[in-house]
Amino acid sequence: MYTQGLNAADKAPPAIEDAGRLGAFQARIDAEQKIEPNDWMPEAYRRTLIRQIAQHAHSEIVGMLPEGNWITRAPSLRRKAALLAKVQDEGGHGLYLYAAAETLGVARETLVEQLLSGGAKYSSIFNYPTLTWADIGAIGWLVDGAAIMNQIPLCRCSYGPYARAMIRVCKEESFHQRQGYEIMTVLARGTTAQRAMAQDALDRWWWPCLMMFGPPDGESQHSDASTRWKIKRFSNDELRQKFVDATVPQGHYLGLSFPDPALRFDEATSHWHYGAIDWDEFRAVLRGDGPCNRDRLAARNRAHENGAWVREAALAFAEKRRRKAAA
Amino acid sequence: MTLTPLWEVFVRSRNGLAHKHVGSLHAADATLALAAARDLFTRRNEAMSVWVVPSNAITASDPDDAAMLFEPAESKIYRHPSFYEVPDDVGHM
Amino acid sequence: MATTSIAVVDDRLFAAVLARADDALILGHRLSEWCGHAPMLEEDLALANIALDLIGQARLLYEYAATIENAGHTEDDYAYRRDPHQFRNILLVEQPNGDFAHTIIRQYLYSAFAHAFWQAMTSSADAALAAIAAKSVPESAYHLRHAAEWTIRLGDGTEESHRRAQDALDALFPYTGEMFAIPETETDLIVGGILADPATIRPAWTASLDRILAEAGLAKPQSTWMQSGGRRGRHSEHLGHLLAEMQILPRSYPGAIW
Repeated sequence: MYTQGLNAADKAPPAIEDAGRLGAFQARIDAEQKIEPNDWMPEAYRRTLIRQIAQHAHSEIVGMLPEGNWITRAPSLRRKAALLAKVQDEGGHGLYLYAAAETLGVARETLVEQLLSGGAKYSSIFNYPTLTWADIGAIGWLVDGAAIMNQIPLCRCSYGPYARAMIRVCKEESFHQRQGYEIMTVLARGTTAQRAMAQDALDRWWWPCLMMFGPPDGESQHSDASTRWKIKRFSNDELRQKFVDATVPQGHYLGLSFPDPALRFDEATSHWHYGAIDWDEFRAVLRGDGPCNRDRLAARNRAHENGAWVREAALAFAEKRRRKAAA
Repeated sequence: MTLTPLWEVFVRSRNGLAHKHVGSLHAADATLALAAARDLFTRRNEAMSVWVVPSNAITASDPDDAAMLFEPAESKIYRHPSFYEVPDDVGHM
Repeated sequence: MATTSIAVVDDRLFAAVLARADDALILGHRLSEWCGHAPMLEEDLALANIALDLIGQARLLYEYAATIENAGHTEDDYAYRRDPHQFRNILLVEQPNGDFAHTIIRQYLYSAFAHAFWQAMTSSADAALAAIAAKSVPESAYHLRHAAEWTIRLGDGTEESHRRAQDALDALFPYTGEMFAIPETETDLIVGGILADPATIRPAWTASLDRILAEAGLAKPQSTWMQSGGRRGRHSEHLGHLLAEMQILPRSYPGAIW
C-alpha cells in the first residue's frame, strides 16, 4: 500500500527496554487504548511508525505528480476543477501525515530531506506514467480504491495522531474514487477511441495496483510486530483479495476486461482468483528502477530547490519583524 | 537546514462550540500560519473561526503524572448528580 | 465537426461577460500549473484554492454568457473551442508563472483590481452580474490578502527575494494599463450602470499599491508605457501555447463527451 516499503527489515539493534514498561504498553494496546505523543513507547514502535507515516506522507506528495500531469489538460471545466481539488487534497493529506509523524519527534524537514535524497520509500504506484486522460480515471478508481482498503483500517491504528489523520484523510477521499470511476464510466460509454483509452489504462494499471498491497504475506518481515501493535490490522494478501473482489465486478460493469487470463470467480471460496504477480517488477520499481522514479524525484527536488529562496525570505521577514517589535 | 516554526491549529466549526484542535502546520509567522490553516483545514466549510498557536507555547502535562493528576478525581462521586437520591414523586430535578 | 472553433455572436454585454470569464479562467489555469511544484506544501494548497475560486468564477460567467448569447453554447464550448484571437482576457493573466515572485506580483496586481471591480459590480444594474459579484467579493478579498502578504514578505525578505520581486514588478507593470482601459464597446454598458467604471476603481487600486509596495520596500515603476490588445483578441505569444495544451483533448476527439 502507500506504506508497502515497511516490509523492509528494521536494521537498528533492538533497544534494551524495561520489561515492565513494555508489558504495560502492550496491555494498553491489547485493551484498544490509543497511544499519544508524550506517552512512553518502545523505540521500535516509534521507529516503525515514523517510517510508515513518513512513507505514507511521501506517497501523497509524490502522488500529486502523475495526476498533476493532467490538470492543465483536463477536458472540461468540471473535470479540471474536480482534478485540481483532488490533487490539492493529496497535498493536504501529505501535510496531515507529516504533522502526525512530527509528533514522534522528527522534523518535517528531516523527512523531506530523506525523500529528496532518495533514501526514503514511497508507494511504487506513483512511478508509473499517466499517458492518457483515462489514466486519471484509472488512478481514481483503482489506486484510490486500493488505498481506501488500507486506509480505513488505519483509522483504528493504535497511535492516536496517525489514526486521527487517517480519519480526516478517509473522509476527504470519499469523493476521489467516485471521481475516477465516473471518468471511466463516461469513457467506457463513449467513442471507440475513448473505450480503447479506458481499456488501455486498465491494462497498464491493474497489475501495479495489485502490487501496491506489498509482498505476499510469507515474505513480509514486519507484519508480526505491526499486527501486535495494532498498526496493521489486515495482512497484505487479505487486503489485496478484498480489493480484487470489490473491483472486478466494477470493471465488468464497464464492459472492460482485466489483463489476467487466470482471473476467475471461485464458487467454493466466493473470491475472485487472480494470476501470479510479477514480483520482480515490483522489486525493481521499489529499488528505483521504475519508469518514472527518476522523473518523480527530480520534480520534487526541483520544486524544493526553486522554492528555497521563498522559504528563506519568509523566515528572514519574520525575523526582521520580530526584532522590530522587540526594539 | 532551517526549520520553519510549527503551529497548532484550532477550529471552531459552528458558533456556540469551542475551538477544537485539528492538527498542525509549518509557517514562518502568525499571518502565514493563519492563512495556511484556512487553506488546509477549512476547505470543506468546516470553520467559523480559526486559532493558530506556536507549538512551543504549549505546556503539556506529563503522561507519567497522569495518576497523580487525574486519579484523585475518580473517587469523588459526590460531585455527580447521580450520587444523590430524590424521591420519584418530586419529578425531574 | 465538434472540434472546429465556434463562432460567437457580436453582442456587447455578451462580449463584456466573456472577457471577465476569460480573465478568471486563464489566471486560474496559470495558477493550477503550480500544483505539486510550489515552494512549500502549504503554498501548494493556497494556490490551488485561489485557482479553484477563479475557475469557479469563470464557470459562472460563461454560464451567464451562454444565457445572453442563447446559441446553445456551453461553458466548455467557450473554454475549449475558441481560438486564441477569440479570447478577450487581459494580457496580464496569460503571462507565464515565471518564478514565485512573478506569480505573486501578477496575482497581486490583478487581485487589487479584481477585488475593487467585484465590489463595485455588486451594485450592477444587471442582476445576474451583481449576484456573481456578490459571490466573488469574499474570494477576491482573500486572493488580495494572500498576494499582498507575500508581496510584502518577498519585497522585505532577503536581498534575493527583493531583487526577484522588483524584477517581477518591473516586468509585469506594463500589463496593468489594460485593466483600466475602456474598450469602445463597453462605454454604453458603463453609462448604463451594468459595468463598473474603471476610473472609479483606479483610486482603490493605486492606494493599495502605494501602501503594499511601501511596506514591501518595492519601487513602483515609473514608466507610463503600457501593453494592450487582450480585450481586442491581440494576445502575447504565451496564450497560444496555454490554449494548445488546455484544449488538446476536446480538439483531438471530435464529438467525444468527457
